[in-house]
Amino acid sequence: MNRRRVIGKILASVGTLAFVVCFNFFLFRVVESDPVGNLYRGRNLSPEQREELRREFGLDGSQAEQFARYVAQTAQLNFGRSYVTNEPVIDEIARRAWPTVALVGTSALLSALIGILIGVVAAWRRGSKTDYASTGFTMATYSMPDFWLGMLLLLVFAVGLGWFPVGGIVDPATGGGLERLLDQAHHMVLPAATLTLAYLGEYALIMRSSLLETMREDYLLLARAKGLRDVAVRNRHAVPNALLPVTTLLAINIGFILSGAIAVETIFSWPGLGLATFEALSGPDLPMLQGLFLVFSAAVIVANLAADLLYSYLDPRVRTA
Amino acid sequence: MRGAVATSATRIAWLRRRRAVTGAWRDYRRSRTGMIGLAVLVLAGLVALGAPLLADEGDLRAVNAIDNPSWAPPSEFGPLGTDNLGRSVWAQFVWGSRISLLVGLAATVLAIVIGTVVGISAGFVGGRFGGVLMRGTEWFLVIPFLPLAIVLAAVLGPSIENIILVIGITSWPGTARLIRAQVLTLKERLYVDRSRAFGASGRHLMGRHILPNVMPLVLANTTLTVPIAILSETTLSFLGLGDPTRASWGKMLEEAFRAGAITREAWWYFLPPGLGIMLVVLAFTLCGQALEAILDPRLRERRS
Amino acid sequence: MSTAPQAARPLLSVRDLSVTYPGAGEGVPAVRGVSLDVAAGETLGLAGESGCGKSTLAGAILRLLPRGTEVTGEVLLDGEDVLTMRPGRLRAVRWTELAIVLQGAMHSLNPVQRIGAQIAEAIELHEPGLGRGEVRGRVAELLELVGIPAGRAQDYPHRFSGGQRQRVLIALALACRPRLLIADEPTTALDVMVQAQVLRLLARLQDELGLAILFVTHDLSTLASVCRRIAVMYAGRIVEEGPSGEVFRTPAHPYTRALAAAFPVIGDPAFRMHPSGLPGDPPDPRDLPSGCPFHPRCALAQPECPAIDVRLRPAGPGRAAACVLVEPS
Repeated sequence: MNRRRVIGKILASVGTLAFVVCFNFFLFRVVESDPVGNLYRGRNLSPEQREELRREFGLDGSQAEQFARYVAQTAQLNFGRSYVTNEPVIDEIARRAWPTVALVGTSALLSALIGILIGVVAAWRRGSKTDYASTGFTMATYSMPDFWLGMLLLLVFAVGLGWFPVGGIVDPATGGGLERLLDQAHHMVLPAATLTLAYLGEYALIMRSSLLETMREDYLLLARAKGLRDVAVRNRHAVPNALLPVTTLLAINIGFILSGAIAVETIFSWPGLGLATFEALSGPDLPMLQGLFLVFSAAVIVANLAADLLYSYLDPRVRTA
Repeated sequence: MRGAVATSATRIAWLRRRRAVTGAWRDYRRSRTGMIGLAVLVLAGLVALGAPLLADEGDLRAVNAIDNPSWAPPSEFGPLGTDNLGRSVWAQFVWGSRISLLVGLAATVLAIVIGTVVGISAGFVGGRFGGVLMRGTEWFLVIPFLPLAIVLAAVLGPSIENIILVIGITSWPGTARLIRAQVLTLKERLYVDRSRAFGASGRHLMGRHILPNVMPLVLANTTLTVPIAILSETTLSFLGLGDPTRASWGKMLEEAFRAGAITREAWWYFLPPGLGIMLVVLAFTLCGQALEAILDPRLRERRS
Repeated sequence: MSTAPQAARPLLSVRDLSVTYPGAGEGVPAVRGVSLDVAAGETLGLAGESGCGKSTLAGAILRLLPRGTEVTGEVLLDGEDVLTMRPGRLRAVRWTELAIVLQGAMHSLNPVQRIGAQIAEAIELHEPGLGRGEVRGRVAELLELVGIPAGRAQDYPHRFSGGQRQRVLIALALACRPRLLIADEPTTALDVMVQAQVLRLLARLQDELGLAILFVTHDLSTLASVCRRIAVMYAGRIVEEGPSGEVFRTPAHPYTRALAAAFPVIGDPAFRMHPSGLPGDPPDPRDLPSGCPFHPRCALAQPECPAIDVRLRPAGPGRAAACVLVEPS
């Protein structure tokens, strides 16, 4: 794909991001007409104190000035201070990011792998009992609310059987190093299982239909005529072609790494960005919500761009066009 | 004389349409999964509509439940036991179905209407206007749905109308894109050009030719959008953004979680609503697939 | 009735082959008792409209039909029945003895694999001992043989024109030096000039390599120039066979006559709709007419045609036709 188109796509993504920033600003201005008043409810403030606080929060000046200031601050990754902790939002986000990345990243990869495998088997044995069973299973899990599945897993495996902890990321009693890491992994099993099960259906269904489409192609007939075993025909010719739409799906889903586990993290008290979002809702801690929204959107925009470019690279028909 | 010709032409169109519908119904009946889905939906509809007959609305209020044992399993207090405040879970389930289904359907209608209008306009008018519309649609598609919904819901406040609005606003882009693609292919067809040659206005074309041919696609898309809307309402309610005054399946899950139903192993509290959601969503998906199979001749050929 | 003129055993001998696809009731009979012979180094043409079963026949010979298809009869390759071969033997025989060339449409080649690799795959499969350099050399040779520069082995299929893709498919088919090539509509999707090129190539290959070719097409006129003998198929049966020149010039069966008389007239819509010059459509295999399947469209239909399921009868030296009007000479 030529240089110009790549640059064009990148510019479009930047434009979308800019739009998100503006949207963020105006949305919260619509709601919070007087953040200072809301925050310091019940406390008597003199007009000078109010003015001072307003300036601290960057709420003085005209709308245009405020907007300009907001854009400048955002560019420097200054998302303001949390209403609840009064800590900089960006610090909080940075701290909470890795548990989410670990959880959702692992789940995304697992659900893709397992889902693709199920899809391949279901398509190759189309119409058989294996096909109906696996397709039925994946459709059922895909129809469940993901956090409800988490509740069920908790009930059976944590409360009932006691194999896994009920929540959190680590037992306060564990030491450091490997022991701590293993404990964290142990805590991650159920939430990861929840997300994996909930989302493998998408991969399975898309891989299955993609492979079914591919299986009608003449070049598969030709591959068999060459003398290849059926399995080789499937793995060397059918699956690589059928994988193309699935890789795009995976790349797009990676974008949802940050925002994909809000409800599940809540269920498992997993201290990531999802739980942070849930906690910010009870205020509402608007700077926090604003910052989180921006970060979530940016992740998706970047991932979509990557997916687009990746597909162009993988499909030789588009690459050399 | 002209009047007579006009009426018979419309009558012919009507007959043709009715025959198409009966034919489609006959094809639909052949799909076993589609019929199962339809049966489940009818059952769900009956439960929702028949709520007053199935459970007393008064049972939903904590004040009326003071004498009831709290956390009672179904064996002690039927049919589905009680929650932490002694309220009947069965009553919540039955009445909650109304909200879950209502929000799902209403939000979908909103999304479909907006999506169809945008899609048809963008596709039909085309040019720069269409380009701008599509750019806006693309933007919505890129923004992660749940954070956007959360942000909007937090900003607008918790109420049924707002939830319907939020879900509707965030779900229309998919429909718009699909409809626009269809409109673009329809535009190529001869009869549109011929109509134009006869001097038909844009509005006439859109209403008479484009819209009826887009409707089947819209219908299939609707059945596939409802599950998304229902799941969204569930998640939003669970996060506390739903209407606090009304029972819904998502709200049951929220309250169950908050009251510690998991650690108490009070499965009767959170199993039914989740199961209900799963079955309704699955049913809509099956119906949607059956409809798609009828509409897409390629898929139909594959089935036989 | 065999029309093989030589004493030696034919390379390919199809005996009473029938293919039935699974379907409503008893299934769909696509091929109904076909017998033909191809001698080593000979070209046999198989002509017929789409739907007559010729592509099914081609697929059946290599056992490429989908699972569940019922195939009866014999396909003798040098005396060995392909239909009863064990899977291992069948896979070994495929491509090394019998190869197939499909239409060079966009989807006959794997779109995400370079064409050199696709040819190499066939070679490596049947001659695993070869070194990479040797394989590459063979690929280059094959490409040159069909008139494509060896350097283009690195290209993907979509970089080639329709005619070039067809030639790539021919190179691919020759990769393991088969003795018989089944060419299924190899020139149909190509324009006239390119068609001529490909036909010349096939003729040259036949000469140089002693290749036997089973040439399947709907265009009778192509066969007349390329093949020594022609068989005409209709509704799953052979309705006429004989030396190509004679069949083309003096057809014995009314259907052949119609096919042979159809010279394309540019711009004539009547020809576009009915390439055989015949009104109506070929019969649906699920709903065949009684007696002779051709009688509804036949200009020379006799009163007894709907009643007699006429089979091939001799119509001259080395010729046969399935028509009541053919008097045994």
